[in-house]
Amino acid sequence: MNTLFDKIWDSHVVQIVPDGPTQLYIDRLYCHEVTSPQAFDGLRQRGMKVFRPKQVFCMPDHNVQTHDQDKPVADPVGRKQIDTLDRNCAEFGLTEFKMNTKDNGIIHVIGPEKGLSLPGMTIVCGDSHTSTHGAVGAVAFGIGTSEVEMVLASQCILQQKPKSMRININGKLGNGVTAKDVALYLMSKITTSGATGYFVEYSGDVVRDMSMDGRLTLCNLSIEMGARGGFVAPDEKTFEFLRGREYAPKGEDWDKAVAYWRTLKSGDDAVFDKELTFDGADIEPRITYGTNPGMGIGISESIPTIDTIPADEQASFMKALNYMGFEPGEKLEGHPIDYVFLGACTNGRIEDFRAFTNIVKGKHKADNVVAWLVPGSWHVKQQIEDEGLDKILADAGFVIRQPGCSACLAMNDDKIPAGKYSVSTSNRNFEGRQGPGARTILASPLVAAAAAITGRITDPRKL
Amino acid sequence: MKQKFNVITSTCAPLPLENVDTDQIIPARFLKATDKKGFGDNLFRDWRYNKDGSPKPDFVLNKPEFKDAVILVAGKNFGSGSSREHAAWAIAGYGFRVVISSFFADIHKNNELNNFVLPVVVTEPFLKELFDSIDKNPAMTVTVDLPNQTVTNNATGSQEHFEINGYKKHCLENGLDDVDFLVENKDKVEEYENKRKQGK
Repeated sequence: MNTLFDKIWDSHVVQIVPDGPTQLYIDRLYCHEVTSPQAFDGLRQRGMKVFRPKQVFCMPDHNVQTHDQDKPVADPVGRKQIDTLDRNCAEFGLTEFKMNTKDNGIIHVIGPEKGLSLPGMTIVCGDSHTSTHGAVGAVAFGIGTSEVEMVLASQCILQQKPKSMRININGKLGNGVTAKDVALYLMSKITTSGATGYFVEYSGDVVRDMSMDGRLTLCNLSIEMGARGGFVAPDEKTFEFLRGREYAPKGEDWDKAVAYWRTLKSGDDAVFDKELTFDGADIEPRITYGTNPGMGIGISESIPTIDTIPADEQASFMKALNYMGFEPGEKLEGHPIDYVFLGACTNGRIEDFRAFTNIVKGKHKADNVVAWLVPGSWHVKQQIEDEGLDKILADAGFVIRQPGCSACLAMNDDKIPAGKYSVSTSNRNFEGRQGPGARTILASPLVAAAAAITGRITDPRKL
Repeated sequence: MKQKFNVITSTCAPLPLENVDTDQIIPARFLKATDKKGFGDNLFRDWRYNKDGSPKPDFVLNKPEFKDAVILVAGKNFGSGSSREHAAWAIAGYGFRVVISSFFADIHKNNELNNFVLPVVVTEPFLKELFDSIDKNPAMTVTVDLPNQTVTNNATGSQEHFEINGYKKHCLENGLDDVDFLVENKDKVEEYENKRKQGK
């Protein structure tokens, strides 16, 4: 009780349905082209308008190609989804950040970047990585298309209130250890279902010291522990990040908002349904070896041996290793790789590009590696150019592509071929996630950069 | 897809794997439709079919003994990963009415319910016994009784009670969805908005 999650959730309760869920008011609905068309169809079939069109923001990102965006999407089926979103936004009077405009990018990069996602809000989107927006101190979570339709129709959804969990990460992170490594570490400790049914508040020195871009990465990956969402209580860093952004409050409204946001924290007497504590010093740069994000190890460690896996999980474990072409007990440092992907809603922000650039500066990309560097938004791309990172990267043999979800989920041209190893800063290493038969190794931008230079899985601290 | 739900007795298609994620249920490249039709054909696409489109005979959905099953039985943490409701549309579109597992991922569980597919959570021992029963006799059946909230392994007689809230049970029994409810309650939303405007 008296957690920040309780405060935000409870202040958005419209009613509690007897012997049923809570009717929860939603401040912001974000829509992309993949999970919204059937929701708009549903509205049309019911002969309804969007209830609160000013609280809905739409943008295509999944199908968008990361080159030549001035030309239409080549795949006619993907193009149809984007056209459908354009048409639905026009018909229902919604704000859309269209493809190939300076406002476009990945939905979970755009929301915070434009100051649309604010502390204390409830935010939903038909996308499980909506948890990203929790980094600004909002209760943000992914929903299905039927629920998108609910919000379009009524600005509410029906949900059971999740339980609350606090994860404290104390101490300091070591050299070369990033927010991504923290998240990968948590998943391997908690498992991909360990936080199912919970909303997570991230806390502790490591989170306090983390940059906003780092917090966005950490919250982004909450769903990979099974959590519905994760957030960080807003602090001065949050306010500085949001100040002056396009949709953030201005002038007197800003002062009033900040005064309210300062009250958004868990009480000293807050009781969580579950509380876990970790030490930042225990975390090293991480990689995954299997086909779910919880199957991860420190970069210096070996894949677990079969005898350490519970009997009823051995079949799934071996299925994953067979898919990846790895052996139980194998050490992965030095293993050759084929592709490197920097980007996605997980690691497509300016800080990720700075980190990557720092590693590759003055070196050269390995000839056998194909590298896709994809900014999360046009704004990030502009920042990369303004800071001259693009020139340093070009000297090292890298090209910056145009923004979009890219190789995170193989819905556009950027697919990893079957059997190839991809060191990826994205969020999921499921079978076929980056293309049928593709083998994904999840890692931070630093590990990805080191792999791009050597053509092998490499500890960035040794480079 | 609205349909009423009462008592179902059926053979079961077993999928004894853990952490079956929604990318396996329906791979992203099949998410490009703008309607809800046809997803059942691509349910478990990459496990079910070879690259050339020919069926993999060893996969459960390609085995003749399970072709009439309307109950899917899966290992724990079913439906993890992406929020794509296309996974629920694929399960419903294929013809499954019930999914039995010892643990479901949150978003997917809601998506199933919103498509009139009933996720039934059972204990680990019940699940293990059920997989064993199917293994011994693929023709065995399970009965899922929504009004009484029971699931019965008809091979062994084992029965468990399962949880579902009264509201959702009413919706399933009567073929109603959440949008119907929310639209009826719009005045409460306006009341809430007004209160908030005055409060802040």
